Amino acid sequence: MSNRIEVLKTYKIYIGGQFPRTESGRTYVATNAKGENLANVCLSSRKDVRDAVGSARSAFGGWSARAAFNRGQILYRIAEMLEGRKAQFIDELIKQGATKTAAENEVSLSIDRLIYYSGWCDKYQQIFSAVNPVASSHFNFSVLEPMGVVTAIAPQENALIGLVSVIAPIIAGGNTCVILASQSKPLSAITFAEVLNSSDLPGGVVNILTGKVAELLPYFSDHMDVNAVCYAESDAASKKMVKENASLNVKRVVLYENTKWMTETAQSPYFINDFQEVKTTWHPIENIGGAKAGY
Amino acid sequence: MAKNNTLKLKFDSSRNLAPAPESKSVAKIADRYELFINGKFEKPSSKKYFKTINPATEENLSLIAEANNADVNKAVKAARNAYEKGWKKTAPKERAKYIYRIARIIQERARELAVIETLDGGKPIRESRDFDVPTAANHFFYYAGWADKLEYAFPNRNPQSLGVAGQIIPWNFPLLMAAWKIAPALATGNTVVLKPAETTSLTALKLAEIIQEADLPPGVVNIITGAGATGAAMVNHPDINKIAFTGSTDVGKIIQKAIAGTNKKATLELGGKAANIIFDDAPLDQAVEGVINGIFFNQGHVCCAGSRLFVQESVYKIVLQKLKDRMESLIVGNPLDKNTDIGAINSKQQLEVINKYIKIGQQEGAEIFQSKCTIPTKGFYCRPTIFTNVAQSNRIAQEEIFGPVLSIQTFRTEDEVIEKANNTPFGLSAGVWTDKGSKIFNMTSKLKAGVIWANTYNKFDPTSPFGGYKESGFGREGGLHGLGAYLKV
Repeated sequence: MSNRIEVLKTYKIYIGGQFPRTESGRTYVATNAKGENLANVCLSSRKDVRDAVGSARSAFGGWSARAAFNRGQILYRIAEMLEGRKAQFIDELIKQGATKTAAENEVSLSIDRLIYYSGWCDKYQQIFSAVNPVASSHFNFSVLEPMGVVTAIAPQENALIGLVSVIAPIIAGGNTCVILASQSKPLSAITFAEVLNSSDLPGGVVNILTGKVAELLPYFSDHMDVNAVCYAESDAASKKMVKENASLNVKRVVLYENTKWMTETAQSPYFINDFQEVKTTWHPIENIGGAKAGY
Repeated sequence: MAKNNTLKLKFDSSRNLAPAPESKSVAKIADRYELFINGKFEKPSSKKYFKTINPATEENLSLIAEANNADVNKAVKAARNAYEKGWKKTAPKERAKYIYRIARIIQERARELAVIETLDGGKPIRESRDFDVPTAANHFFYYAGWADKLEYAFPNRNPQSLGVAGQIIPWNFPLLMAAWKIAPALATGNTVVLKPAETTSLTALKLAEIIQEADLPPGVVNIITGAGATGAAMVNHPDINKIAFTGSTDVGKIIQKAIAGTNKKATLELGGKAANIIFDDAPLDQAVEGVINGIFFNQGHVCCAGSRLFVQESVYKIVLQKLKDRMESLIVGNPLDKNTDIGAINSKQQLEVINKYIKIGQQEGAEIFQSKCTIPTKGFYCRPTIFTNVAQSNRIAQEEIFGPVLSIQTFRTEDEVIEKANNTPFGLSAGVWTDKGSKIFNMTSKLKAGVIWANTYNKFDPTSPFGGYKESGFGREGGLHGLGAYLKV
């Protein structure tokens, strides 16, 4: 081997399509199972949450107005980019404690899950929308619309598939999001941000922070410009706090408890539906004249 | 109503645009094409080939293999084998990945496909580039996504594939029709034998190359070429489970009869004679644009073409004037020119059919108007044509012409136009132009047609089901409903 010294990556957070350091200047050390240091990772602050929500809000109008087909193409592109960087993700997952087989499975499954939700982008409307046969002479139909800005705490285990499984249905449905990476295994999330950043996904649609769940969960759940909050862990006190904080501006709360992210039970159009409003439109049908429906 | 006070536009030579031809260099066309069976290009056992020409210039493009009964049999066997041995057991999400690959390669080779589509079929490059090819790719994308989601489309039904699908497509949208047929069939787990129309085989054969490039298992898609006899051999083949046909109502009826004693499923997408209806409260310029698009898109070779125009009497004069003015601005000619609005008629035979109807219209006493454009001396061309003073009983108002020929009638009341519009054996599509939403919904609920466009026309999307009522066929292609055609549910 040569004497070449490896260049180490700086793990920064992902806000508005940029990779800033946390404004707080703080970091924490990500370690592997043996307690060895892997990297210095940003310890994001309340201000970072605010900046990220601001970016998500700015991105929402454009993203939600994209054609469903276009969103599908972009999710597909994310999968393509991830496929191309498979080795890097497997490597990182192994560093963070996964076995080789488990890491390979997790990366393949993450790619397939993105493809899965890419396909749903222009189909979930056809499953959940309805034409309602009201008794009066009206054309009445209900369609889904994205809720808006979603904050989410990613699952702590399964650093990649957990993150992907939470993000994909949120953005497939036209929402934008701010997500807090797994606290103990944050590396894959930041590398995934690099994938997002090279995938035609507009900046701000997905914002990824690293840091302490206990510190940031209050801000994720009480921010007044957030429409829905997703919590993918099962700590009872945290759940209570999320729900209480959500009531400040009637946020929708989505809880994923004991979800087996590595199985196909963790994917369905209902994950998209979790972050959708239903909008019903009434339109009169003129019912004049005697023309009968003939042949 | 205001009197006819539109500005008279000048359509003289000052509007001549410089030629802007698309380069032919991207179109790699071989001297001869074989049959695509079991993943390989094979010589036909018929040993026969037929010419395919450029209808815009009458120049030869290539020779195409003619599949006989033995070839059809071979293709069906390959499809059956591929179905039983692998495709039906392939995990749906992996099946999807093959279809996504096809979609991506079509996108990558879009320009080449567009030029070949225009060379072989005569349609304006603008249409093949901006409509046919991208819509074909999108169709593969859309259905690829369904492959592992079928249980959501048919809850509580555990939908199952049918087996081998025999698919016969027309010459008006060759690549797009191939996509409409192949994409849902593969997504639902079936294998395919597809036959393009004899005048437009090239893009289907290019698609065969793409399917090879995508590394689909051999036999999952087989593309065989030939004319009516080849199609008949497919329809009558005992080991085909499903016939999907797009074409004329006459042939559709023959197919329906031919498979009557079998368990073959069928979808038929047949002819049309769509009513395009303009009310006096419509935005007239937009409506006229829609009428132009409705009847002159793809030289009128469109089964859902708006070939019967109904105009409310109070705006008849002004609509007619605007329509004539707009017709004069249409550029007819070299399909490869990016400025061309109307390209070449697909074949000599079809030009003869159109000319026959133009003669019939005049004999029936209708009044003809054609734009005064010059048309090339070589190749098959037809000037944009409208007929006024048309009676409901005239053949030009009853029969599908499949060319740039519009018959115009007037009406006074909604009831009257509903009766007139529905007074046809066809029921594929219709158009309604009015500013009043409630009127639109009254019309859409009373018109007997599978697709109704309101204040727009000729819009297609992979997510949107397409298909006819009455003698325009049955079954739907596109959207969630298009899946049902290829499944036991």
